[in-house]
Amino acid sequence: MSRRLEVDVAIVGGGTAACAAAVALRRAGLTVAVLEKRRCGAGASGVNFGGVRRQGRDLRELPLANRSRGLWDGLNELLGVDVEFDVSGHIKLARSETDLEELERYRLAARDHDLELTMLGANAVHAELPWLGEKVLGASLSPTDGQANPRVVGPAFARLARRMGAEIFEFTPVEAVASTGSGFEVAAGDLTVVSRRLINAAGAGGRLVAATFGEDVPLTPLSPNMLVTEPLPYFVSRSIGVCGGDVYVRQTRRGNAIFGGGRGWQDHDLGLARPSSEQSVDGIRRTLMLVPDLARANVIRTWSGFDGEMPDHIPVIGHSSTTPGLIHAFGFSGHGFQLGPAIGEILAELVIDGHTPTPIEPFAIDRFRDWSPEASSAPDASVHTEH
Amino acid sequence: MNAPFAPRVVVVGAGPAGLRATEVLAEAGLRPVLIDEAPRSGGQIYRRPPVGAERPATDLYGFEAGKAVALHDLLGRLGDRVDHRSATLVWAIEGRRLSLLGPEGPSVLDFDALVLATGAMDRVLPFPGWTLPGVFTLGAAQIALKAQGVAIGSKVALVGAGPLLPLVTRQYAKAGAEVALSLDATPFLPKLLHGPSMLASPSTLLKGLWYMAANAASGVPQRFGATGLRVEGDGRVEALVWRDGRGRDHRVACDAVGASFGLRSEIQLADLAGCRMEFDELTRQWRPIRTSEGRSTAPDVWLAGDGATIGGADVAELAGTRTALALLADRGIAVDTTRIARLDAALARQRRFRVAVEKAYPFPRALLDGLADDLMLCRCEGVTVGALRAAATTRGADEMNRLKAFTRIGMGRCQGRVCGQAAAEILAATLDRPIAEVGRLRGNPPVKPIPIGAFAGAFATEGERA
Repeated sequence: MSRRLEVDVAIVGGGTAACAAAVALRRAGLTVAVLEKRRCGAGASGVNFGGVRRQGRDLRELPLANRSRGLWDGLNELLGVDVEFDVSGHIKLARSETDLEELERYRLAARDHDLELTMLGANAVHAELPWLGEKVLGASLSPTDGQANPRVVGPAFARLARRMGAEIFEFTPVEAVASTGSGFEVAAGDLTVVSRRLINAAGAGGRLVAATFGEDVPLTPLSPNMLVTEPLPYFVSRSIGVCGGDVYVRQTRRGNAIFGGGRGWQDHDLGLARPSSEQSVDGIRRTLMLVPDLARANVIRTWSGFDGEMPDHIPVIGHSSTTPGLIHAFGFSGHGFQLGPAIGEILAELVIDGHTPTPIEPFAIDRFRDWSPEASSAPDASVHTEH
Repeated sequence: MNAPFAPRVVVVGAGPAGLRATEVLAEAGLRPVLIDEAPRSGGQIYRRPPVGAERPATDLYGFEAGKAVALHDLLGRLGDRVDHRSATLVWAIEGRRLSLLGPEGPSVLDFDALVLATGAMDRVLPFPGWTLPGVFTLGAAQIALKAQGVAIGSKVALVGAGPLLPLVTRQYAKAGAEVALSLDATPFLPKLLHGPSMLASPSTLLKGLWYMAANAASGVPQRFGATGLRVEGDGRVEALVWRDGRGRDHRVACDAVGASFGLRSEIQLADLAGCRMEFDELTRQWRPIRTSEGRSTAPDVWLAGDGATIGGADVAELAGTRTALALLADRGIAVDTTRIARLDAALARQRRFRVAVEKAYPFPRALLDGLADDLMLCRCEGVTVGALRAAATTRGADEMNRLKAFTRIGMGRCQGRVCGQAAAEILAATLDRPIAEVGRLRGNPPVKPIPIGAFAGAFATEGERA
C-alpha cells in the first residue's frame, strides 16, 4: 500500500540531531517527517562513549558545544526521562612536556571561546586521581563538562518529536532523494515524502545523500570500539582523557567503567558493525597502564556502531552549495553526541530563518569543493580520538 | 603434526557432540584443535569431578555410565592426534579468527573450518524468591552432585519442565538427599498424549519411566502442572509454594530449591561467527539455522549438538559424528557413505522422539502470567518486571535490543543468558505480540566476562598464513 506524505521538512536520518531538529521545527509549527533506516538514536548517537565534553574539541566547534552545553542542563525536563547527565568534569592528562605545552596553548585559546579550563600540576592531579598508574606531569580540567547515557538521549528526542506531531518512520531506509524544482521527493519503499526542505542528517550515509546532489565529500566510515566492565565501587570521579586521545575512561552511575579501544569494523551493506578483538585488547592494555586498578575487573561487553568521519575531523553543517532548500548535518567524526541538541536548533534556524546566530562557516560543505574521489588517498585511520 | 596445507579445523566444546566430531576429524588425520572451558572433557552431561576426587562412573552417570566412560576415554585413545586446549574460553570470533583466553593467557587462533558444539544451559524463569540464596538451577544442582559430590541442601525441592527433572530427582534421592518434592511445572496429560511417539527411542523413554517409577518407589512426592510458583524464606530458602491444577496452594518446607524449565542453546558464538538464526516455535527460542548434515549459513562454520538444536546427549553424539563427516566430504576427503546413511536414519528417528518430548514438556508459559511488577527479572542489573513493562508501554521498547538500551536488561555479567528468554516472553505478552517479533539480544564479545588483568602480558598469534 503506497503512501504519499507532504510535509514542510523531510529529514533523512534519525539520530539525536535529526530528532532534535524535528522537535524544534514542530515547535515553530512546521510539519516534519523523519526517515530512519533502523531505529532512532541507535546509530552513532547511541553507541558512543557518552562524553558531554567541550575540552579538547577543535576550537571551531566550541561555539556549537557551548550552545549545546546550555541545553544539556534542561534535557531531563525537556525529554521527560533521566538521561543520566552528570557534571563530573572532564580532565585531560599530560604525559610529557610536549603534552603540557599543548594543554596550556589550548587553555589560552579556549578562553577566547568562552571555555574556562584550569591547569593542574602533577601533585594536584595525583592527589585528585590517586589511582593513576602512569606518571602524569599535569592536566587540564574542564569542571563543567560531564557524561550521560547515549542510549536513551536519541530515542527520547524521537519520542518527544512524535508527541509533538512529527511523523517518525523507523526501519525506513531512504532509497532515493531528488530535487523537484520547488522542493524534494524522498522515496523509501512504499512511502514517498514530498517536502519543501530537506535535511541530510544521515550520519555515515550522509555522503550518499550529498553525492546525489553533486556534493560528494571524503567521508569515511568510522566504528567506535567500546568496552565496559561490570559495576565497580565508585572511583573514576571524572571523565578522563589524555593528550593524543588514545585512552579515555569514565564510570557510569551504575558503576560500570566504560573505556575506548581503537576502532571496530563494519560492513555497511550488511548493516553490521562489530568491535575488533585486537583493538579491544590494545585498548585494555593502554587503559590498564593508566588505570591499573581495572586489572581486578572483568570486561562484560564490547560494542561498536556506525559513524562517519571527515578528514579534518569536523562535521559538515549548513546549506548545500548546489541545491537550495537542502541542509546538511553529518560527519561528526566520532564526537557528535554532545553537539546533538544544539545541532537540532541550528538546523531549525537554517530552515526557518535561513541563517543561525551560531558561527557555522567552518563546516560548510564547499570546503571539499576541490576534492574528488579519484584523486584522494585513504585517510589516516591510525589517529585515536576520544569520542 | 599438521600435514602441509591440511586445513586447521577447530572444534569448540568437549561434550558429546564436540568429542565425536573431534574423533572423526582426528581419525582422518587432520589433528583438530579441541577447545573447551572445562578442565576435563565430557561437557555438562558427562562432567567429571576434579582430578583426585574421582568416583565410580556408575555412581555419577547411572544408566549412562558406559557412554560417559567411552567419551572420557576418547581423548586418551586419540592421544597426540588431537590438540586439546582445556580450561580455555573462546571469547570472540571475527572472520576466521578466534580470540582465546586460557591458562597461559590470551591468544588468537585462525581456523579454516570451525565446528561449534557449544551445548546448552538451563532455561531460567523468574518467580518470587528465585534470587534467594539456596535457589539453584537443576543443572547446577546436578553439577554440585557430579563434580563436587555435594547436594545443594539437605531437604530439597526440585522443579522442572523437561526430562532433566526425573533424572536429577533420582540422582538426589540415590545420593541420600531428602527430596521433599519433585515438581513438574508442565501438566501430566501431554505426556500421555505424546508418550506413544516417544517409542521412536524406546530405550530413552524407558529410562525416563524408570526414573519416575524409582522416584515413586523411594517415596519422593512427584507432582505435575504447577502455577503460582514461589520460594519463601527470610534471607534463605525455607519453603516452596505452588498451586495445582485445581487452584489449591501447597507449601513444602525445604532448605534448597533446584528449578529450571528446559534448556536453552548457547548460541552466542554462532551469532559472532555470523550464523543466521531462526525462531523455533517448539522450544520457543532462537537457534542457528542448520542443515541436517550440520552446515550453518556461514561459510566453513559447522554446528552440532544442543548448542544448535536441543536434542540431548545421544543426539549430540550422532550429530557430532555426522557433522564432522560432512566437513570431511566438503574438504574432498573420502567418507563412508553407508555410515552416513545409518547416522541419518538414527538422527531422523531421534528427531521424531525429540518433537514428542518437547510436546510432552511444553514451555510453562503460565508461570510468567501475572508476575508482580516488583519481581526481579534481570538480577545482574537489578531490573524488575515492572521496569520492563513500563519501558514497553511508555517508552516504545518494542524489541529486545531497545529494551536493553532503555532498561539495562541483559546488559550485565550474563549478557542476557539467564534472563533473556524470560524477558522476551514478558515483553511479547506486554505488547500482546508473538514472541518471535520481539527478536533477540544481539551478541557481542566477550561471550563470557574476561578478566582485564589477564591481558597485561604478551600474547601469541597462531595460524597466520601469508
